[in-house]
Amino acid sequence: MGRRHLYILALVLTLIGGGLFLYKWLVLEFPVTPGENTAIWRIETRLQFVAGGGPAKVTLQIPQNSPQFTVISQNFISPGFGYTTATERGNRSATFSLANASGEKTIYYRAVVHRARLSERLTAPAQREPPVPPTRYRDAELAAARAIVAAAVRQAADNETLVKLIFRRLREAAPDAEARLLLGADPSLRKTAEVGVELLRLAGLPTRTAHGLHVVPDRQNARFDHWIEFYAGGGWRPYDPRADAFAVPADTLPWWHGPEPFVELTGGGDLTSDVSVRQAFEFTLRAALVRTREIERTLIEFSTLGLPLQTQAVYQVLLVVPVGIFLLVVLRNVVGIRTFGTFMPVLIALAFRQTELLWGIVLFCIVLACGLGVRFYLEQLKLLLVPRLASVVIVVILIMSGLSMLSHKLGFERGLSVALFPIVILSMTIERMSIVWDERGPKEAFIQAGGSLTAAALCYLVMHIPLVKHIAFVFPETLLIVLAATLLLGRYAGYRLVELSRFHALGGDR
Amino acid sequence: MFSLARRLRDNGVLGINRRNADYILIHNRRRLYPLVDDKVLTKDLARKAGVQVPEMYGLVEIQRQVRDLPAMLSGRQDFVIKPAGGSQGHGIVVIVGRMGHFWRTAGGALIDEQEMAFHVSNILSGIYSLGGQPDKAIIEYRVQFDPIFEKLTYRGVPDVRIIVFLGVPVMAMVRLPTRLSDGKANLHQGAIGAGIDMAGGRTLTAVLGNDIVDAHPDTGVPVSGVQIPGWPALLDLAARCWEMTGLGYQGIDIVLDRDKGPMILELNARPGLNIQIANVAGLTGRLEAIERNRGRLKSVADRVDFARRYFGAGADPGAAP
Repeated sequence: MGRRHLYILALVLTLIGGGLFLYKWLVLEFPVTPGENTAIWRIETRLQFVAGGGPAKVTLQIPQNSPQFTVISQNFISPGFGYTTATERGNRSATFSLANASGEKTIYYRAVVHRARLSERLTAPAQREPPVPPTRYRDAELAAARAIVAAAVRQAADNETLVKLIFRRLREAAPDAEARLLLGADPSLRKTAEVGVELLRLAGLPTRTAHGLHVVPDRQNARFDHWIEFYAGGGWRPYDPRADAFAVPADTLPWWHGPEPFVELTGGGDLTSDVSVRQAFEFTLRAALVRTREIERTLIEFSTLGLPLQTQAVYQVLLVVPVGIFLLVVLRNVVGIRTFGTFMPVLIALAFRQTELLWGIVLFCIVLACGLGVRFYLEQLKLLLVPRLASVVIVVILIMSGLSMLSHKLGFERGLSVALFPIVILSMTIERMSIVWDERGPKEAFIQAGGSLTAAALCYLVMHIPLVKHIAFVFPETLLIVLAATLLLGRYAGYRLVELSRFHALGGDR
Repeated sequence: MFSLARRLRDNGVLGINRRNADYILIHNRRRLYPLVDDKVLTKDLARKAGVQVPEMYGLVEIQRQVRDLPAMLSGRQDFVIKPAGGSQGHGIVVIVGRMGHFWRTAGGALIDEQEMAFHVSNILSGIYSLGGQPDKAIIEYRVQFDPIFEKLTYRGVPDVRIIVFLGVPVMAMVRLPTRLSDGKANLHQGAIGAGIDMAGGRTLTAVLGNDIVDAHPDTGVPVSGVQIPGWPALLDLAARCWEMTGLGYQGIDIVLDRDKGPMILELNARPGLNIQIANVAGLTGRLEAIERNRGRLKSVADRVDFARRYFGAGADPGAAP
C-alpha cells in the first residue's frame, strides 16, 4: 500500500507541476530561457523612517522622461499617506504626507523605465537659455572663487575648455588654498560637482548639478552618480567630472537636477532610503498589457515576478536550493558520497555563490584547517560540548577577520569575501570533522571532508546554471516535480555506487 | 557497472538503502532505540529476560557519586569502567589488578584513584557519548575471554556479532582485534572479521579490510576453521534478544567468558553490512526466507533450528519453504 500511495502522490505532484509549467509557458508565454537584450528595468525605492507622532511629510525626487530613458509606469505604495507629485525647476518630486504619523513607516516607489530608441534621443526639444542665479559665496569664499574663475577665463577658449579648466583646478586642489577653501577636506563627488557649478555660474555660464542611477542588471543599495550639465546651443550638455568627459555613461538614468536632496523628511527621524535596480523580463509588461482575462492577470500578479524586488532577490536564491538538495540526495543515497551533516554541503554551496568556486574552496579549506587545529588544542582541555563549540565559533570569526585583513593588505580583494561564509556552518563542520577524526580516524575524516566539498562544489555548479536559476524562479511549480523525484528516491532500495566497489568481492558467479 | 550491480543482486548482497528502507525503517521502531543505545537499560532488560550480561558492580550517575567510587571498588581486583551511551569502545578502561594505591589497566599503565575519578567525571560530562549528552558510567565485570581466542587476538576483547531478524539468527562473524585496530573490534578500524558457519559454529573465511586472510597478522595463527565453543547456546542467546528489545532487525555482540559462558555485551539497532564480506555471502536470501516463514517461527528453539538448517555453510536459504 505504501508504495502505491507514494507513486500516486509523486504522479499527482508531477502532473500539477508540469501542467502549471506548460500553461505558463504555452498559454501565458512566460519565457523558458533567461532573457537577453531586454531594455526594461524595474527600479524600486524603499524609504523607511520613524514618524514622530505629529504630521509627517516626505519629499522624494522621482525620475522623469529624458532623451535616454522613458518612464513607462510608476506606482507608490504608501499605506495611509496622501501623496502629490509636482514639477519644479525641471525636477519631478512626490510628496507623501500624513497628519498623525507615529511608529515605523515604509514607503515604496516603483518605476519601470525603458531605454529610448535613437530617433527619440535626437528629437529632444530646444530650450531657452535659463537665467544664472546669483552666487551663494560671500567674503573669503567669493574672493577665492573669483580668483579661480578669473584664471580659468583668461585661459579658456570656449565654454568646454572653461569647464575642463575649472574642474582641473578642483581636482588638483591639494596644495591650492583657494580651491581647498571651497571644497573643504576630502570632498565627495557631489560636493565637487556643486562647487564646480557655483564657479561656472560665477563665470556666467548656466550650469546645474545632475544626479542619476546606473541601470545594471541587478543591484541592491544602488548609489547615485553625480555630474554637471551646462547650457550650450539650446540644450543641456553633460560633463562628467570624474571621467573628465562631456558625456555620461549610456546606462545612466538621469533622476533629478540641482541641490535638492534625494529625499527630505519633516516630522520624523531615522530616515533610510534604499534604491534597487533590476533588469526585468520584457514579457511581464507585454503580458500584463495584452492579457485581458481576469484569471490570467491574477496568475501573473501571483507569480514570483509580482513580488517586491528585494523579496524577488531572496527568492531567486531560495528557489534553487531545492535543486541542490535533490542533487545531494542523489549524491548521498545513489552514489554514496559521505558528507558532514545532511544538508551542510548545500549551505556551503550557497556560500560559494558569494565567493565563487575556486576561492570558496581555498578559503573554506584554510578556515577549516585553522579551526581544526584550534579544536584539537581545545580537545586537550577536556571542555564540555557547548563551551567548546562556542570557543570554536569565536576562533572561526577571528580567523575569518584575520584572513580578510591579511588578504586586503596583500591586495587579494577576493579574500574579503570569506566574511560571507556562514560562521555557524563552518564551526559545525569543524566540530563534526574533529569528532569523526576522533572516532573513526583521520582517513574517514578526510573522506568525509572531501565528500562534503565535492558535493558542495557540484551543488554550486548545478545551482549556478542560468537556465536552472531562471526556471526555478519563473516556474517555481517545477519544484513540485523535484519534490516528486525526491519522494521517489526516498524508497530507492538499490545499491549505492560506492557499495559496488565495497562488495566487489561478493560479485563473483556462484 | 550495471552487470556488477546485477551480480551482487543475484548473490543476495544487501545494500545500505535496502537495509534502511526494507528492514530498519519497517522493523525497528524509533522509540525502541534507547533500549539499545543506553547500556544500563539493555542490562536491565537482559536480566529480566534471563539473558546473561556482564554483572554490573556499580553505576555512577551524578558527579557527587564520584566520591563514593573507592567504596564501590573496594575488594575488587579487576573490572571495567565504560560509558553507558558510548560507542565503538571509546572511554572504556579495563582494570586487571591492584598494586598498592594504583590500578593496573589492561594496557599495562598504572592509574591512581584521582585519575580514575577524573576519567569517570569525563564520562559523566558526555565526552564519550553520542552528541555529547550527559552520560552515566558503568562499572562491571571484566570478561575473562575464552582461551580459544587467546592466540587469535591482539589485546582487546574478541566478540561474536550475530545479525538477528525477527528473532532468527541470520548471519554471524567473529571480530578479532589486531594491532592495526588498536585492540578495538571494529572491522573498519582494522579488526579481522571471520564468517561463521551458522550450522556448526566453525569459522569460515576471514577478511582484513577487503582482503581475504588466512592467519591473524599479529600472531600468525590460522583464523579459519576455529570452532566457537557452545555455538548452540550463542544462537539461543541471540534469538532471545528479539523478545527482549522488540527490534526486528538488530546486531548482537556476544563475548565468550571462560567461566560464565556467552554474555551479551551490546546490541545495535543499525548493524553494519560488512558481515557479508566476512562471510562471502549475501543477507537478502536469508532475510527473505525468514519473512516467508515468519508465521511458523514462534519459539526460540524453532528459530534457532531454522537458522541452523537453512543458513549453514553450503546450505541454500532459497530451499526454505
